[in-house]
Amino acid sequence: MSHDSTTTSYFPEGMPLPAPMPDGLDAPFWEGTKQHKLLVQRCKACSSFQFGPEWICHKCRSGEIAWVECSGRGRVYAFERVWHPVHKALKDRVPYLIVLVELPDAGNVRMVGNLLGDPQQDVKIGDAVSAAWEDHEDVTLVQWQRV
Amino acid sequence: MTDYTIKDKVAIVGIGETRYYKAGQSPVSEFQLALEAIQKAVADAGLQVEDIDGFASYSDDRNDPVRLAAALGIPQIQFSNMHWGGGGGGVAGAVGNAAAAVVAGYAKHVVAFRALAQGQFGRFGQGHAGARVRGPMAYSMPYGLMSPAQMFAMRTQRFMYEHQISQEALCGIALASYKHAQQNPRAIMYGRPLTRESYYNSRWIVEPFHLFDCCLENDGAAAVVLTTAERARDLQQKPVYLMAAAQGSGYRQWTAAHNDPDYATSNFKTLAPRLFGMAGITPRDVDVAQVYENFTGGVLMSLVEHGLCAPEEAEAFCTNGNLEWPNGKLPLNTSGGNLAEAYMHGLELVLEGVRQMRGTSTCQGKDARTCLIAAGPMVAPVSDLLLRN
Repeated sequence: MSHDSTTTSYFPEGMPLPAPMPDGLDAPFWEGTKQHKLLVQRCKACSSFQFGPEWICHKCRSGEIAWVECSGRGRVYAFERVWHPVHKALKDRVPYLIVLVELPDAGNVRMVGNLLGDPQQDVKIGDAVSAAWEDHEDVTLVQWQRV
Repeated sequence: MTDYTIKDKVAIVGIGETRYYKAGQSPVSEFQLALEAIQKAVADAGLQVEDIDGFASYSDDRNDPVRLAAALGIPQIQFSNMHWGGGGGGVAGAVGNAAAAVVAGYAKHVVAFRALAQGQFGRFGQGHAGARVRGPMAYSMPYGLMSPAQMFAMRTQRFMYEHQISQEALCGIALASYKHAQQNPRAIMYGRPLTRESYYNSRWIVEPFHLFDCCLENDGAAAVVLTTAERARDLQQKPVYLMAAAQGSGYRQWTAAHNDPDYATSNFKTLAPRLFGMAGITPRDVDVAQVYENFTGGVLMSLVEHGLCAPEEAEAFCTNGNLEWPNGKLPLNTSGGNLAEAYMHGLELVLEGVRQMRGTSTCQGKDARTCLIAAGPMVAPVSDLLLRN
């Protein structure tokens, strides 16, 4: 399990950080990351996985939805290397790598993150990765490292 | 059985646009640009401003129909409509909504328009400046995924992987637009041709997009006037008829955090069959195409999803001259489009489609009878038009 992998901040200070939605929909997700747990929604009625979160299950429309922990193991579904900075905090921090990771043990739901390590590294769709935790003062980001 | 269709019942009878400026360089306000384009479209149709009784736009255009009507002294508004969804997905949607209003009898002469002066209001290609982000963007923005180019490069990368398509296809699309802009004095890139070498030497914005894979950002306005086919016959321009219009989105497209089940798509898969079905033609019957380019990758996918080429032929289709006027089988974005004419958020593509059907394009397709206008791509909802003369 990779739950205890932590990492320093991928970007310099000044990047926007996440905050829970005011209506509470995704509060459990961000509470989970703070505890270094990767939670996704799973329908209690039909067992479908779901991310991003919704109030009802998209498959059976049940409102009984649980947040379940997944292993944090994933594979690269798509990726991109960014060269042009569009935020002032990134001015001296290009290139960087963004990966879209699918989670095979959670119905192949996907999450966006950065791939840790050399931003010029060779990346292939299908590469195996696992979650790493980037702690900030009041919120924790999920990042991805090679397995 | 009642035939529920707009086919052949509506025509575009007037087109108008302002001069197109580089972003931030319009000497007048965005609202003045809107007024100018609308008045030009009305004059082009041979109508009076007082004849206009409806407005349609998209992407949260800031120029409210009530204010426009007050400024123009329009006697009454009978239809006002904003197409939901951001970005260029609403271009054909707004025209289609205007057409529906005309067929339903809500209004007689409806203007579809778009005005942009981003120097006055901020550009699309800039990142979010706030310290905290909530909602779906919270799952991507903290990772530096915040601009349109970054949102769409990810899908494009996946599409190119799934169908083994190389950078050459994207280059071919950019070259066609720039080539056509060299014939068009309205174009921002008129007199600034693009070569294959300068395409490849241009900097990466986000892989797989070089600088020249990305649309411009400009100031200006464009407008079209629609009315019934019956009224169109008495007006001064050759009517350009709508054969079909379609708008919409596929299953769970744009689910948060890039969780669309069908990810590597321009989102036209559900629209294209409805579009061609309404028109009663096949993709093979399309003579010329105006396909919205936020980024070249979306054009590539749009061509495939409208059945204009198979995925396995897509690279050859985009690189063997097919897309280039005058000799190509399917001249694409014949004004230069969003890449090289101007970024009027895609409405300039509708004006160019009308020119093709009138026979007045600067890259006029020989015997062009039908024109596809595909607006979106990779957003939700997206929209389509088929025009004929």
